[in-house]
Amino acid sequence: MDYIGEHLLPGKLGHFFAVLSFAASFVSVVAYFKAVGAKDTTDEKNWKRLARIAFGIDVIAVFSVFASIYYIVHAHLFEYNFAWEHSSKALSPKYLLACIWEAQEGSFLLWTMWHCVLGIILIFKAKQWEAPVMAVISFVQLFLATMIMGVYVFGIKIGNTPFALVREKFGDGPMFQRADYLKMPQMQDGQGLNALLQNYWMVIHPPVLFLGFASTIVPFAFAISGLWKKQYGNWIKPALPWTLFSACLLGTGIMMGAAWAYESLTFGGYWAWDPVENASLVPWLVIIAGLHTMVVYNATRHSLRATHLFLILGFILILYSTYLTRSGRLGDTSVHAFVGSGMELHLVLFILVFFFPAMILFIREYKNIPHIKKEENTYSREFWMFIGSLVIFLSSVFIMIATSLPVINKIAGTNWTIGDDVEFAYNRIEIFIAIILGTLTALAQYLKYKQTAKTFFFKKIWLPTAIALIIAILFSFFGGIHYDKYGTGFLAAIHLGLFCAIYSVVANAGYIWAGLNGRLKAAGASVAHVGFGLMLVGILLSSAKKEVLSHNTTGININFDPSAKQNPLENITLLKNVETDMGKYWATYINNDSVDEKTKMTYFKIRFRKKDNNEEFTLYPNWIKMTKGQQGISANPDKRHYWDRDIFSYISAADNMGEGDTTSFKSYPVAIHDTVFYSKGYMVLDKVIVNPDNEKYHFTPADTALMASITVVSRDSMRYQARPVLYIKNNEAHYIADTVFAQNLALMLGKVNDSKKIELRVRESGDMVPFVALKVYEFPQINILWFGTIIMIIGFIMSIVRRARSTT
Amino acid sequence: MKRLHIILLVFIAIAIGVLVSFMGNLSTYETIASAKQKEGKTVTIIAKLDNSQPIEYDPSKNPNYLSFHISDTLGNKARVVYYYGKPYDMEKAERIVLKGRMKGDIFEITQKDGILIKCPSKYKDDPEAAKKNLSQNQ
Repeated sequence: MDYIGEHLLPGKLGHFFAVLSFAASFVSVVAYFKAVGAKDTTDEKNWKRLARIAFGIDVIAVFSVFASIYYIVHAHLFEYNFAWEHSSKALSPKYLLACIWEAQEGSFLLWTMWHCVLGIILIFKAKQWEAPVMAVISFVQLFLATMIMGVYVFGIKIGNTPFALVREKFGDGPMFQRADYLKMPQMQDGQGLNALLQNYWMVIHPPVLFLGFASTIVPFAFAISGLWKKQYGNWIKPALPWTLFSACLLGTGIMMGAAWAYESLTFGGYWAWDPVENASLVPWLVIIAGLHTMVVYNATRHSLRATHLFLILGFILILYSTYLTRSGRLGDTSVHAFVGSGMELHLVLFILVFFFPAMILFIREYKNIPHIKKEENTYSREFWMFIGSLVIFLSSVFIMIATSLPVINKIAGTNWTIGDDVEFAYNRIEIFIAIILGTLTALAQYLKYKQTAKTFFFKKIWLPTAIALIIAILFSFFGGIHYDKYGTGFLAAIHLGLFCAIYSVVANAGYIWAGLNGRLKAAGASVAHVGFGLMLVGILLSSAKKEVLSHNTTGININFDPSAKQNPLENITLLKNVETDMGKYWATYINNDSVDEKTKMTYFKIRFRKKDNNEEFTLYPNWIKMTKGQQGISANPDKRHYWDRDIFSYISAADNMGEGDTTSFKSYPVAIHDTVFYSKGYMVLDKVIVNPDNEKYHFTPADTALMASITVVSRDSMRYQARPVLYIKNNEAHYIADTVFAQNLALMLGKVNDSKKIELRVRESGDMVPFVALKVYEFPQINILWFGTIIMIIGFIMSIVRRARSTT
Repeated sequence: MKRLHIILLVFIAIAIGVLVSFMGNLSTYETIASAKQKEGKTVTIIAKLDNSQPIEYDPSKNPNYLSFHISDTLGNKARVVYYYGKPYDMEKAERIVLKGRMKGDIFEITQKDGILIKCPSKYKDDPEAAKKNLSQNQ
C-alpha cells in the first residue's frame, strides 16, 4: 500500500548513516590493528591514515544519525515511532534534546557521540599511543553502532533502529489498513516526554553522565595498549589526565543525578542505594582506586599490576551497569531501570566481548608486568594509598554483589533479595568504609613517598589531628546527633565517621600550607580530598539529623489504626485554611492553583509559621498530571533553603487527586416528592422555590432563580437539609451547589425539563473538605554536601590541568 | 610472609565476615502462601493488586494508613497494610513488589521503601502502553 503523507527520506538517511557508522568503525578497527602490528613506519603511517579517515567518517555518520533524529523530532514527523513515542508538539527545543536521550537508542547515541569527541582529541594528542588506543575505542564504537542498527542478519535482529515507523512497530493495528492513517487523530501528536522528565536536569544530567561513562574507555584503552605493545607502565603518564577527567566527569554526573533526585523527585533524599545509582557509583569507585594506584606508580613504580586490574574492571563495570539498567533485570528492585527491550543477549555479549580478551591479555602478561620485589615502607605514602585503593575496591565489590542479587538469582537459581530496609543494609557497611577512607585521606598526604621520618610525620600531623578532634567533639556534643534508630553501635560509628570526615577536611586543607607551602598549582589532590571530606561530613550530618517535621500531631483519627502508634506517621493532613500544629511549626494549607493546562501542573500554597519566633514562609510544592497515557500524578517538592538546612516538603495526597470537580456528578431527573438513593441513604425533593429569600439566599422577584429544598435521610436515620440553587444572570446559568458534609454529598440543580422534572445532580465523594496530606522533612547541613561536591570537582580540574601540562 | 599478604588476608577475612552478615540479613522472595508459613519474618512478595477489593486510603482521615488486597500468581490473596502515603499510580501498576512480614492474615509493611511500584520512566518503553494509546479513539 502507498501510504499518504509519510516523510521517509530522513529515516532512510538516518538508517544509512547508522549502517555507515558501523562499516566505518569496522574499517577503523582493522586499520588501527594493522597499524599496531606494522613492521615499518611507512606501513604504519599508511594504515594510520586509513584508520583516521575511517574514524572521521564514523564521526560524521554518528553526528548525522543524531541530526536525522533531531530533525524527525523537531519537525514532528509522527510517522516515526521515535517521535511519536518520545516527543510531542508542545515540547520546547531543550526538551526535544531531553526526549532524545530519554530513549534507549538515543542514550546509546549520546554515548557514541562522546566517544567520537574523545577519539578526535586522542588522534591529535596520543602520539605513539594513538594506534592501539584508537583500535580499542573503534572497537567499542563498532559494538555501540550495532545497538542502533536494527538490521536483520540471518533472521536475527541486531539492535533497535531509532528510525522505525509507527506502522512497522505496531504493524497489526487496524488503522494501518488505511493509506491516510496519518490523518487519524492519534497520529496528530506524539506521546510526549514524561512529565517527570520535563525538567532542566534532564537536559544536562544525561550528557554529563554519559561523558563520564564514555571517558572510562580511555584509561582502559591505555592499559590494554600497554599490555598489547608490551610497553608496561609507559602509558601511565599520558593516561593520568584522562583518568582524572573520567573520575571527575563520572563523579559530577552521579552527583548531578543525586541533586536532581533531591531537587525534584520525591524519593525523600539524594541517595537511596537504588541499583541504578549503584550501577554508576561502582565503576566510579573502581576508577578512583585505579587513579590512586596510577599516581603511586608514577611516583614509585609500585602497584602497576593493580592499576591494570582496576582500569580494566572500571570499564567492564560500565558495560555491566549498562546491562543492569537496560536489560530490565532490575525491574523488581529499582524504581528507575528501563524496561527490557529484548536486548539482553546483545548487552551480555557487549560485556563478554571486552571482558574475556582484556582479562586473558592481563593474565597472560601478568608475569611480565614489572613490579618491585621490595615491600613498601609502612611510613610511605604509596603503602597507605594502596591500602586505600584496596578498601575502595572492596567496598565497590560489596555494593556490586548487593546490587547484582537479581542477576545472581538468575544464574544460581536462588531467590535472595535485600530485606525491607535497603538503605541500612548498605549504610552499616559503608559507614566503616567512610571511617577508613576519611582517616587515610587525612594521613596519607603527610607521608612522603618511599620513606618518611617518623619525627617529621608526627610533627606535621599533630596539629590537624588536634583541630579535627576539637571540632568533631564540639559537633558530637552540641551537634544534636541522636540517631539511635539502629542502636548505639551505629550511632557511635556515625560519631566516629564524623570525626574522620572532619579530620580529612582539616588535614588536607592544612596540607596545602604545611606540605605544599601554599603552592595551589600542585594542590589539586588536597583540594579534591577536602571536597570529598566535606561530602562525607554533609552526608553524615544530613542523614543522621534528617528529621520528619510533618509528624501527625493533629490527633485527627490517628486512632483509626491501633498499631499505628509504633509506626512513623510521616504525613500530616492539612484542612484548607485551618492552621495545624506541626511540631515546631504551624502549617496552613491556603489554596491551590493550576497554572497552565499545558504542563498540567498544580501548585499548592502552604504557609508555615515557626512557633518560637513566628517566622513565616510559604512553600509551593506542586504536582504534575502524568502524560503519556498514564493517569495519576507526580509530586514535585518545594524547599526553603537556609544556610544550614533545607525544609523540604511535598504533597502526598490531596482532595482532588487528578480529578475535575464536576466529573463525578450523577444526574437524576426528579419531580417533587421523588426519591433518589445514594450509597448511605436516600434523599427526597420536598419542594422547589422560585426566587427564594431566606437566611441563605436573597433573591428578588426581578431575578430568575430556583431553589430545591431536599431532605437527605441517611441509613442511620439522620436527616439533613440541602438547598442547591440554579439562577440565570446575564443570560447565563449559574449553579450554587450545596453540600452535606456529614454524608460527603454535594448536590446541584441542573436544567429544568419540560416534563415538570428537574435535574438533580449528586456527587458522593470521600473528601469534601479541601485538604492536602503533606510530608515535610528537614535536611540539616545538606549544603555541605553540595559545597563539598563542587570543591572536589575543582580539585579534579586543578589536577587535570597540572597533569596534562606535565605530559606535553 | 609479606606484610601486604597479611593485610590482604585480613581484608579477605573482613570481606567474608561482611558478606556472611549481609547474606544473613537477606530476605527471600516468597509467595503469599509461603509468606504465611514464615509469619513474622521479613520477606518479599511480588504480587498483583487485587482489583476486586477496594483500596482503602482516606488521606483526610489518616494519610499514614493504606490498605489493599493482593493476589499472586498462584491465586492466593492477602490484605496488605502500609503505614505511609499511597504511592501514586498504584492502581496502574502491573506488578507490585512488597517487602514486609505477615502478621496473622495481614501482610504488614513498616518501611517506607517496602512498596516498589515501577516509576513512570519505566513505562516509557512499554510497548503495551503505547499500543493502547495508538488504538484509542478507534
